[in-house]
Amino acid sequence: MQVFPIRHAAAILKTTLAKGLDGHMTTDIINILMSGIFYASTLFLLAAGLQLVFGVQKIFNLACGSLYALGAYTGVVFVEQFHNMGISPLFSIVPLILAGLSLFFVGIIIERGLLKFVYERDESFQLLLTFAVVLMIEDIIRFIWGTSPKSTSGVYLVYGQIHLLGSVIPVYNLIVILSSLLIAVLIGFMLMKTRFGRIIRATADDRQMGEALGVNMRIVYIKVFTLGTVLGTLGGALVIPTTAAMTEMGVELIVMAFAVVVIGGLGSMKGAFFGAMVVGILRSFAISTYPELELLLIYLIVIGVLVFKPEGLFGGSRA
Amino acid sequence: MGSEPNGSFAALIRKRQTWLLLAGILCFVLLPRVGGQYTSYLVLTFFGYGVALLGFNLLFGYTGLLSFGHALFFTSGAYTVSYLTAKFAIPYMEVSIVVAVVVAVVIAALIGAICVRYIKIYFALLMLAFGMLTYSFLIKFYYITGGDEGMPVLRPHLLGFDLSSMAKMDFLTGWYYYYVLTVFIIATWIMWRIVSSHFGLALRAVRDNPEKAYYLGIDVRRYRWYAFIISGAYAAVGGALVAPVIGNVDPTLTYWTHSGTLVFMTLLGGFTNFLGPLLGGLVYIFLQDGVMSLLHYWRFVFGAMLAFIVIVAPGGLAGAIELIANKYCAKKGA
Repeated sequence: MQVFPIRHAAAILKTTLAKGLDGHMTTDIINILMSGIFYASTLFLLAAGLQLVFGVQKIFNLACGSLYALGAYTGVVFVEQFHNMGISPLFSIVPLILAGLSLFFVGIIIERGLLKFVYERDESFQLLLTFAVVLMIEDIIRFIWGTSPKSTSGVYLVYGQIHLLGSVIPVYNLIVILSSLLIAVLIGFMLMKTRFGRIIRATADDRQMGEALGVNMRIVYIKVFTLGTVLGTLGGALVIPTTAAMTEMGVELIVMAFAVVVIGGLGSMKGAFFGAMVVGILRSFAISTYPELELLLIYLIVIGVLVFKPEGLFGGSRA
Repeated sequence: MGSEPNGSFAALIRKRQTWLLLAGILCFVLLPRVGGQYTSYLVLTFFGYGVALLGFNLLFGYTGLLSFGHALFFTSGAYTVSYLTAKFAIPYMEVSIVVAVVVAVVIAALIGAICVRYIKIYFALLMLAFGMLTYSFLIKFYYITGGDEGMPVLRPHLLGFDLSSMAKMDFLTGWYYYYVLTVFIIATWIMWRIVSSHFGLALRAVRDNPEKAYYLGIDVRRYRWYAFIISGAYAAVGGALVAPVIGNVDPTLTYWTHSGTLVFMTLLGGFTNFLGPLLGGLVYIFLQDGVMSLLHYWRFVFGAMLAFIVIVAPGGLAGAIELIANKYCAKKGA
């Protein structure tokens, strides 16, 4: 007979409370927080492109997880090449970034080859078109890299780890967190301070007005979708040393990305950031206390948000 | 309705619809005798999906709501059969179907009450969320649901007859085939009555112009909710019928890509036509079987096909047939 989940969780809570805030407890909290923040950074990288594209083009890109997967696989290839050229694995971050950036052409292909035909159509058809892209990319990955998981052997360990208040944190995790923050800042800067950013925000608010004022929407859409694609592929490439690339990761990751953007608010960059934090930390907390609740908890929140605050917890301000 | 020119394809069909219908049913009845076991097996799967697709399209084609989580109801139906046959030792298929409908109606009434407040992309995403919620529930609470291995489905009794002594394929392409065919025909007939009733017309009005429908006295949300519940019940019956065929239910049935498959089938056949989704389901199942055995990369082929349909031929196969046939008939008539 199984223990009723809630009673089980209550028991854990009771014992941890009884133990009090001793050394063990702080270590636990730091571990949970750090893994949560790390996961949040990977989620942000995954969701940022989705948000940008939804904000401007109003297309919910189901293929964002697949782009992320594509970036991850390309990252593995680039790192191997660098390795073969005899460059120290310590510089692996360089080929990873290059891998992410080099995939920009995928965005142009998808936008020019498929999406441009459906901008005037019903949202449902746009959603379905991105689903078609999911199916295609999954098999392209299978065709190029086969079905066995791929990983960048050694890169993760080369960077070593640091000790913080009794808990061990891999340095590469910190690199991911920092790059994620850096990308967030760069996007923020681009959106708020540059001419292109102003155009993006303006067209996200009112496409027709943008067009009337002489903005070439064709170019904006190409740029935005390519940028969204690169954010996804870059994210995948940066995160890959911490895990292994698998063919199914595209369809699996969209489930988390989806939770992030709905909780944060569709189309809002700020939403992607805070949504990722909420989901990341919540997930890491659930895993260390009651793993059964992991996805369930996150999805209950997603539904709660969709029902009570469909614009998202941090939405409101566009892009 | 009835406004088509005399030479049109639709008019031609209407003139001969009884005969066409009977011919179609006859084909299905004779299939296990002439078509071989494997073909009948695929068609059997199609019947199950067909019922689910009829329900799906009541929501998508007739009410204008795209559900990206409809596999949720399909799964609830399949798990119901598994629960009844394997856990509670109630092997009667009729009981399974009735319970599946009741369970689905309850779930759909609850979820629907929330979902029908939204339309378009928010509805689609909310359903995706509910589908994935169910998925994580099924996979994590393994002591109730069997986790990722799922649960077995025992061979059900049909109309009270215990047929467990038959070989599996003989049972499936024999008695079970005709049983499911009967349910399929009844379900199709009921759905036809629904969409051609006042209620069906009201749904179309809601789809095309909710505001106008509202001013004409149609309670838009309530009608969407009804459609949602009927749609869920149909999907559950479909799942219940397919469960004994696959023999084991597992959480991937409610994964979002499976919901995507239902959408795909509907679109492939054509959501604007009553029989379109059925055609799509049949073609999809045979095409998948064929492409999979020929080519390792069937997903790519299907993805490209879906993209083509969305961009070039949103009417799907039924739409294309209608177009070609109309041209042909017009030429003949002139």
